[in-house]
Amino acid sequence: MEIVSNYLLTFILFSPVVIAVILMLLPRDQENLIRWVAFILSFIPLGLSIALWLGFNSEQPGFQYQEQAIWYAPINSSYHLGVDGISLTMVLLTTLLTPLAILASFGISDRVKAYMVLFLMLETGMLGVFLSLDLLLFFVFWEIGLVPMYFLINQWGSEKGERELWGGRKMSARNYASFKFMIYTMAGSLGLLLAIQMIGVVAGTFDLLKLYEVWPSLSQPLFGLPISTVKAIAFWAFVIAFAIKVPVWPFHTWLPDAHTEAPTAGSMILAGVLLKLGAYGFLRLVLPLYPEQSKMYAGALGFLAVMAIIFGALASYGQSDFKRLVAYSSVNHMGFVVLGIAAAAFATGTEDANIALNGAVLQMFNHGLSAAGMFFLVGVIYERTHTRNLNDFGGLFPLVPVYGGILIFTSMASLGLPGLNGFISEFLVVRGAWPIMSVYTALAMIGLFFTGAYILKGIKMVLHGPINEKWVGHISEISAREIVVIAPLLVLMLWIGIWPAWILNVINRAVMMFF
Amino acid sequence: MQFPILSIIVFTPIITGILILLIPAERKTEVRVTALAAAIFALALSIWVYFSYDIPAGGYQFIEKYSWLPQFGISYHVGIDGMSAPLVLLTGVVMFTGVLISWGLDDRPREFFAFLFILATGVFGVFVALDLFMLFFFYEIAVFPMYLLIAIWGWKETREYAAMKLTLYLFIGSVIALVGALAMYFTSGLGTFDMLELEKAGFSTDFQILWFPFVFFGFAVLGGIFPFHNWSPDGHVAAPTAVSMFHAGVLMKLGAFAALRVGIMLLPEGAKFHMGWIILLTLVNVVYGAYIAMVQTDFKYVIGFSSVSHMGLVAMGFATLNADGMLGAGVQMFSHGVMTALFFAVVGMVYDRAHTREIPRLGGFRKMMPLVTLAFIIGGLVSMGMPGLSGFIAEFPIFMGVWGTAPWIAIVAAISIVITASYIIRIIGRVFFGQVPEEFEGHITDVSVLDKVALVLLSAILIVVGIYPAIMTPLVESGVNNILRLLGGA
Repeated sequence: MEIVSNYLLTFILFSPVVIAVILMLLPRDQENLIRWVAFILSFIPLGLSIALWLGFNSEQPGFQYQEQAIWYAPINSSYHLGVDGISLTMVLLTTLLTPLAILASFGISDRVKAYMVLFLMLETGMLGVFLSLDLLLFFVFWEIGLVPMYFLINQWGSEKGERELWGGRKMSARNYASFKFMIYTMAGSLGLLLAIQMIGVVAGTFDLLKLYEVWPSLSQPLFGLPISTVKAIAFWAFVIAFAIKVPVWPFHTWLPDAHTEAPTAGSMILAGVLLKLGAYGFLRLVLPLYPEQSKMYAGALGFLAVMAIIFGALASYGQSDFKRLVAYSSVNHMGFVVLGIAAAAFATGTEDANIALNGAVLQMFNHGLSAAGMFFLVGVIYERTHTRNLNDFGGLFPLVPVYGGILIFTSMASLGLPGLNGFISEFLVVRGAWPIMSVYTALAMIGLFFTGAYILKGIKMVLHGPINEKWVGHISEISAREIVVIAPLLVLMLWIGIWPAWILNVINRAVMMFF
Repeated sequence: MQFPILSIIVFTPIITGILILLIPAERKTEVRVTALAAAIFALALSIWVYFSYDIPAGGYQFIEKYSWLPQFGISYHVGIDGMSAPLVLLTGVVMFTGVLISWGLDDRPREFFAFLFILATGVFGVFVALDLFMLFFFYEIAVFPMYLLIAIWGWKETREYAAMKLTLYLFIGSVIALVGALAMYFTSGLGTFDMLELEKAGFSTDFQILWFPFVFFGFAVLGGIFPFHNWSPDGHVAAPTAVSMFHAGVLMKLGAFAALRVGIMLLPEGAKFHMGWIILLTLVNVVYGAYIAMVQTDFKYVIGFSSVSHMGLVAMGFATLNADGMLGAGVQMFSHGVMTALFFAVVGMVYDRAHTREIPRLGGFRKMMPLVTLAFIIGGLVSMGMPGLSGFIAEFPIFMGVWGTAPWIAIVAAISIVITASYIIRIIGRVFFGQVPEEFEGHITDVSVLDKVALVLLSAILIVVGIYPAIMTPLVESGVNNILRLLGGA
């Protein structure tokens, strides 16, 4: 066991790939075997990350469980991993959601093996972003995650639906959505790629721990331009790449398409973890590498966040497609994460900033739980009715009371009902941001009001109203397997809502030590 | 005397080619088996050479030198450094997979393999030559069989046109380079063609500035540099599958490599003087090549123009004249060679079955050929510069190098990444996924085991280099250091 504890992060990072390789060796037609092997083995990364959580010492500053090995020596990039409290919570979220998403995809019957393999590859891609302490390695994993996601949407996405392009050509909605997802994100990462190259050339290293010291204090002019200009450009290159991923208004338009067309488990992971990569990029790279620029442009970032909160909520309210409604809610909720980050960037080091950052990180975790849960519940009802149109629903509560209860519970967590997890994190963000950016925070509260409106709209149009004769006898109650998927999420929502200290302690110390 | 391993690698193909010609024409199986055996032998030796190169020692290794025409200072002088070792390996790989892919070729396989192997000898020869005359000698050996291979076995529609165009372009290029080489020979006053001697000749700056463009462009034509690139897509498309693989996979590297070895390494001052504007041409290569690839409807033309774009990156890396850029260019030559061999193999497999390369008419090949689809996706991701694969390992330092010399060029060139992504995704979506057109329903068969072996080998190389760059980059770096020394520690 010595070797496992010495290289724990490597084991966590690559165990999904190993599982994927094992799956590839299984016979293609043994679909049930493949499903169960994938599901059971996906507990290995989860178990390892729980061990990581338990072995993590939150009192100790800096990164723990560091590993470093030669990777790309000629350009001074190395395989450097490490965790602090922020990445630890994200690793836990990722490894927790993956088994649930795999269990949620037991209904997939088309090319099960390829599906599961892609899913596990995706897990490694996401974990790599959270664990990397090398800028180049970060980018490697950042991009790798795109490929499995593209194919999951493109191949296993919803089969119905067409999009009309300019010129009247039609293409299937999932092709459109996956292409848009891929090109949007790749184009967004271009600036990031160029900025990383530039930093590598100037600083001569990609190691984050070194860059934290070298880069912010760099002061000689570069490329004939004053250093502040170069840094400002690089800052925006970083910000745009991450803002697209989060997504921050106005870079969010890929999200509703991708979420809506993705298979249920794909949406769970997309909303649950992939969006966090963007926010994590802000925390891990933008704030520490560009403290001055962050402070200078925090107002603009806060403005975009408020726009995301308000427009996300309004757009969500305007949807008649259940899945699109949930998709836009992600824009709304992730807006709070960015608001917290923007506030903290403006007043680094103050107590308010720390509170806002605590809220932002916890909101990342919480949104991971509730968004994954909501997308799963949309998937559950879609599997039974084959429609996502809210107007076709209504009056389902008497037919599926257990499902109804779970849906209301999850919606309430998403809405931010006190006693559930969403409340804690949104409260912290607002509390932290209020003294720093009062106007924006006040505006965000208007957004919060609409959050309540669209969530209630969703619940009303699905569950309430006179009993819907159309579905009597056609819709079955949520199954035991599906309850197993959602139960851990419900437990965590309640647990964090009632006693958030267990996770906040870890986050708080990390935030205090890191910023 | 040490074991003459490089000579064995160089002459194995041509000797096999002659032996193959002795086999009666109708005994096609024997011809193929002989060819395969020779290819495996050459591959094994090139792998051995690659891994036994002593990186810390650096410099030229496995040197052999015999005088050949002492009156004119010409000797048979071969050796490899960190730049050429990966290319020798690449040639071994492409030769091996090319034979596997051409197994089913039924029209005069004896002559086909003979010419192909003569070509291979020429290619190996250029990569290991340390004598300027020998380099030209092998260079012409490589170009000439190409004409026959394309004109006889090529695509009926354009083969004569393409073969003629290609050969004329390359001959003119090499003649121009030869003029430059002769100028060096006479000006140096050393009476030798030995490149290691010429490196030390100390040509005056004016001389170098005058002659560098001759030598560089003469060879870079074969590397597909803009505006002399337009023989290349036509040539790629008209050539039979294995020849396209050789052509795009190895031959274009020949041009880039010779431009490096003769142009940049022998005339470093000239390189420094001219590279400022040459890098602009390579920028056109990169972006314009990608754009033209995007608007093609012929599958093979897409890949053909994508080679122009990717080879532009190689030239761009050279043009930076710094460590990062050269390192990336060296890896890119290898990575692009493997990737494009994979691409042309896949295109050939699709064309053999569908008898059309019009992208809109193809579709759903995933169902009939799953492994081919996977291989193409891997190649496509390499082409897009996806991290975790060899393309990223190569392109990233090239861009870093460009940042070191002309930042705005890096920014403009990066656009090509998105353009590449869009055409690769379009091909994957159209050709491999989507609906199977009715005309193909039911009578498209999967590829043979030999084809699969070739595809798996090529894909595996791309993945290994991508995940574990330490297998190649220190080697290339040692080669780059050698070049930088000539450039005066720039």
